[in-house]
Amino acid sequence: MPIRTGWSDSFTASHSLPAVGALLDRRLIFVTGKGGVGKTTVAAALGLAAARAGQRVLVCEVGDQERLTASFGLPAAGFRELEIEPGLHAFSVNPEDAISEWLRYQLHSRTLAGLLGGSRIFQYLATAAPGLAEMVTIGKVWELAQLERKTPSAAPYDLVIVDAPATGHGMALLRAPRTFAEIARVGPINRQAEIVDGFLRDPAATAVVAVTLAEEMPVSETLDLERWLRDELGLDLERVYVNALLPDRVKAAESRAIEAAVAGGGDASPSPSALAAFDASLAAHQTVRAQRSQLARLRRGLATEAISLPHLLTPDVGRDGLERLATKLERDL
Amino acid sequence: MTARARRIDSVLAGKRVIVCAGSGGVGKTTTAAAVAAALAARGQRTIVLTIDPARRLADALGLPELGNEEHRVDPDRLRAAGLAGDGELWAMTLDAKRTFDELIERTAPDTETRDAVLANPIYRQLSNAVAGSQEYMAMEKLYELHESGHYDVLVLDTPPTRNALDFLDAPGRLARFIDSRSLQVFRASGRAGLGLLGRGVATVMSVLEKATGVDLLRDLAEFFNAFGGMAEGFRDRARRVEALLRDEATTFLLVTSPRAAAIADAGHFHAKLAESGMPFGALIVNRVCEPVGAAADEKGLERELTDLLDERIGRKVLHDVGDRNLLAERDARNIERMRTELSGGVLLTVPELSGDVHDLDGLAAVAAQLFKRRRS
Repeated sequence: MPIRTGWSDSFTASHSLPAVGALLDRRLIFVTGKGGVGKTTVAAALGLAAARAGQRVLVCEVGDQERLTASFGLPAAGFRELEIEPGLHAFSVNPEDAISEWLRYQLHSRTLAGLLGGSRIFQYLATAAPGLAEMVTIGKVWELAQLERKTPSAAPYDLVIVDAPATGHGMALLRAPRTFAEIARVGPINRQAEIVDGFLRDPAATAVVAVTLAEEMPVSETLDLERWLRDELGLDLERVYVNALLPDRVKAAESRAIEAAVAGGGDASPSPSALAAFDASLAAHQTVRAQRSQLARLRRGLATEAISLPHLLTPDVGRDGLERLATKLERDL
Repeated sequence: MTARARRIDSVLAGKRVIVCAGSGGVGKTTTAAAVAAALAARGQRTIVLTIDPARRLADALGLPELGNEEHRVDPDRLRAAGLAGDGELWAMTLDAKRTFDELIERTAPDTETRDAVLANPIYRQLSNAVAGSQEYMAMEKLYELHESGHYDVLVLDTPPTRNALDFLDAPGRLARFIDSRSLQVFRASGRAGLGLLGRGVATVMSVLEKATGVDLLRDLAEFFNAFGGMAEGFRDRARRVEALLRDEATTFLLVTSPRAAAIADAGHFHAKLAESGMPFGALIVNRVCEPVGAAADEKGLERELTDLLDERIGRKVLHDVGDRNLLAERDARNIERMRTELSGGVLLTVPELSGDVHDLDGLAAVAAQLFKRRRS
């Protein structure tokens, strides 16, 4: 059941909160984090929330495997802007298409672009030069987020959300424009790289958010990410979404009661099934406690805020799960 | 079950290079370290090459912050964790930048060339900041250690990637980048200008110049000039690294979590491995949620829990059981899908272990799961 009712309420509610970051006022939200923490899910839910708030929004995946459209039961979008439901669009950027497109704009000529793109020398350079893929990828992301699009007859978006690769490669994407501006000290590449770099570093235009789990490694990586962004790029991490927090169901005193029941001593000794159930409950309690301590550790080390998101406890996230998360996210947009 | 029990041994028997690959956050580093520790305990001189290990795991292995040096893991600490044996466990954290510099130092024909390359802005960016160089250099270090002959087995942890090809292609791509054909063009353009080149090349170069800016081209020309004497060496090396990956003494362990997205990545990687003719060994599914030995709606269970505790706690316990079984079913379904896709390939599961696995005891627990012999 789609939860359509809530958006106007929560939209109003978000205005009554202090304007934490006014995330939806940016042009670009860059979602990164360690692998397996739910970046795609959070990016999609953010997109859904923005679309529900009436925005024309695009969720851009990076890499060769698309996941977003599948959650909506649709085939992959590929390198084209596909509206997957009212206001919400999907796109997947890959370096090959991004390079050809860049060449076409650069040379203002399909013929010249074809000549260059088809030349062996350029192919060598383009496919082999490490870093070029990152540069054209982030360049395309920048283009998507512009009010004046370079893509002929393309309409601008209110917001572009990038489902970026895991931390290391995500950082390489953010750094690529600077790298290229440094390599090409003058000339058109330098100019373009400077523009993209400036856009990424403009807090009014771009927000970098991280997704993490309340576990040791992802938390460490998130703390490192915040430091790295500040030291290397002079960027602030906007916020951190702590994903998949389990419900704190069994309280400490209750867990002691369960432990006592396991130990026996009452009138009846527990059946094997009851023992297994106790075991499961105690393990869940243990996990919740571990999550809480990691969340506390994250909050201690983090300069920005950490927003918690619930574990959906469903077999597949799917459309309904995204709706539920979007409703949670709407509180702090 | 018994069939599965012995399969890890048959997968690893006679292997000298074990590459652990998979998407991020699935426990690759832990798996690589656990496999290495288990093989060391069985008498092999083993080294695990890690990339950016968790601090606590690095501490447990006795690895310093600085990378690229081989360290022997303290045998006493291994023994204390139940990982004692006749072999030796060594570990190293890969440092891409240093590996690249060392490679240049070794390959450069003279000190002048070496200094020119190391100081070139293109090289500095290439070796330092740019994604992809980690992949290149992981392969490079692997090859170097393999050639040294110091170890019976090398276990390589790989950079997290969603694009398997990036990694498998790494040596070839480096070779192509420094390929002498493109080199010739840039060397000539740096010295004599475009006029001396063939017409087609001259056109391409002038278009490139328009697209990029002259300065970049000059740096590139210099870079390729400096690399001139090394191109053949690089290509040769890339060929040998690739041959090592395809060697019958090499095997790939694909590591995944049971979540749908990671499983999909693993399937993708498995297909790519087959396509590239690389030897697949086994798929290892980490952190599998196991079902509770009871069902939340089991007859009489609610009653019993209420009697043993009270109604409120009893209901919470049942709720926990329901959640856990739901996640266990989800994992089981994803694993089953993967098993079908592997069509007979080896699939091993490691259950979710309590607590984070970041010390030698944790590695021992994972190793015990991977290598255990189950009786059916």
